[in-house]
Amino acid sequence: MRVTITEKQQELLDDLDLFQDWTERYEYVIGLGKKLQPMDPNLHTSDRLIKGCQSQVWLDSSSKDGKMSYLADSDSVITKGMIALFVRVLDGESPETVLTADLSFIDKTGLKEHLAPTRANALTLMAAEMKKGALEASQQ
Amino acid sequence: MEGFFIFTDLPGLARSLERHYRLRVSTLDPYKLRSEFPILHQEINGNPLVYLDNAATSQKPLAVLNSSRDYYEKINSNIHRGVHRLSQAATAAHESARQTIASHLNANRPEEIIFTSGTTDSVNLVASSLGRSNRFKAGDEIIISGLEHHSNTVPWQMLCERLGITLKVIPVLDNGTLDLEAYDSLITERTKLVSVNHVSNAFGTVNNVTHICSQARKIGALTFIDGAQSIPHLNVDLESIDCDFYAFSGHKVYGPTGIGILFGKHELLCELPPWRGGGEMIKEVTFEKTTYNDPPFKFEAGTPNIEGGIALATALDFVNNLVISEITDHESLLIKRAAEILGELEGITIYGPDDRAGALSFNFEGIHHYDLGTLLDQMGFALRTGHHCCQPLMSRFGITGTLRASFAAYNTLEEVESLGEALKKALMMLR
Repeated sequence: MRVTITEKQQELLDDLDLFQDWTERYEYVIGLGKKLQPMDPNLHTSDRLIKGCQSQVWLDSSSKDGKMSYLADSDSVITKGMIALFVRVLDGESPETVLTADLSFIDKTGLKEHLAPTRANALTLMAAEMKKGALEASQQ
Repeated sequence: MEGFFIFTDLPGLARSLERHYRLRVSTLDPYKLRSEFPILHQEINGNPLVYLDNAATSQKPLAVLNSSRDYYEKINSNIHRGVHRLSQAATAAHESARQTIASHLNANRPEEIIFTSGTTDSVNLVASSLGRSNRFKAGDEIIISGLEHHSNTVPWQMLCERLGITLKVIPVLDNGTLDLEAYDSLITERTKLVSVNHVSNAFGTVNNVTHICSQARKIGALTFIDGAQSIPHLNVDLESIDCDFYAFSGHKVYGPTGIGILFGKHELLCELPPWRGGGEMIKEVTFEKTTYNDPPFKFEAGTPNIEGGIALATALDFVNNLVISEITDHESLLIKRAAEILGELEGITIYGPDDRAGALSFNFEGIHHYDLGTLLDQMGFALRTGHHCCQPLMSRFGITGTLRASFAAYNTLEEVESLGEALKKALMMLR
């Protein structure tokens, strides 16, 4: 049976809930980043760079057969882990689903409150950029 | 402290390290001092706060906090020209603060001390005023260094753009010091001003400003020294440095934010035009012509930060009570020990020369400084990450930024040791 976006978000939250302390949470998020599908360094172009983050984050959005596909990378492993949370939820969904997705699960991860405002802001920028990719795909 | 070091004989450790590093023994007791800094006694994420971001801003002792409070509780009033008792008391305190600051710097007279909002404001004041004087013409040259903070770069760039002046830069050597041989060849008869920092905020490099000023003086160029990072750590004697201008910020030397100082040689301050117009800075105003006040008032338009100036003088009294050389010695021990402990960690690059003041900047191979800073924050450590407002310097070293630990009199060896342990833990998580 197909897993919905809401279910995927809940799964991530359940996983994070298992951890007792911040160390394990961070290790989990860093691990998610490491498990991301590798992004060809040739795709590290300025048009794929998400502007406004302290670390460099690249995002490549594409769609095939009505499904969004995301590749992401960062020179910061924590940032890469953060964007991996979004990729895990949004990758493979239709552009319409991504556009209407409620991504407030990130607030419930308990990670955001541990982040410097610049980093928390980066999360918003990442989500916006992923939705922008979906918007472009839906207009094609 | 998260199971980090437990020390039984800290004074013993300090003494043996002082012998090891051949440092003078400091009499300063940071533990006693910490009781005067209420903010240090708090926990971050369940761990004791270890504040190592002093190059960005220092914490304030009770004496300074009380000074601000006393001012508003007892004598708050607008200064100068006031006929009533409170105004006279506020004026006396404000002018006495100027005198304290002049003595601290060994300036010739209090009129050489101008209250500004900070170092950035001081640089802008001089750049703007010089730009309105007849001292510069197109084709002239200004020399800064590759170690400068953006605040000692951008105001000069703006002046250069406006007047067609060329900006030249003293290169930085691989060890993070200035290439003074190159400096000698940069100076020409076209050089009209040299502006460098005394201590680098990014790497802690201590520049030989006496030499830099003396070379500039030979060809009649003016000299401006950014002392934001030297005043908290070193004894600064303006008579021996013999610069034309010296600037610093109150908040980096245990004083409040929003107050800073510009020292300028008296004859220069008399000659230069004001840059902001308003009250306080005038002698007489008519709609036809306004005549300007004498220095320092000529450069202090509007109601100044009265309380800030008084509290800054209290902060310098606080420093003098501790004796600045004792602070220097204590911080040298902390920095040497930090460099030694961190130097043993795999993949580290430490920037700057061995003899540094205030700050220790470093990176680990393959690890983003921002990630380390984030994890250290989880453990209660306040360090700064990023380019430290020195993007050209970061480019020179091919990096986007560093992690910087910067020290004050109240930091302890115990904190330095625990930083090493915290870094080990963070590195393990990130590798």
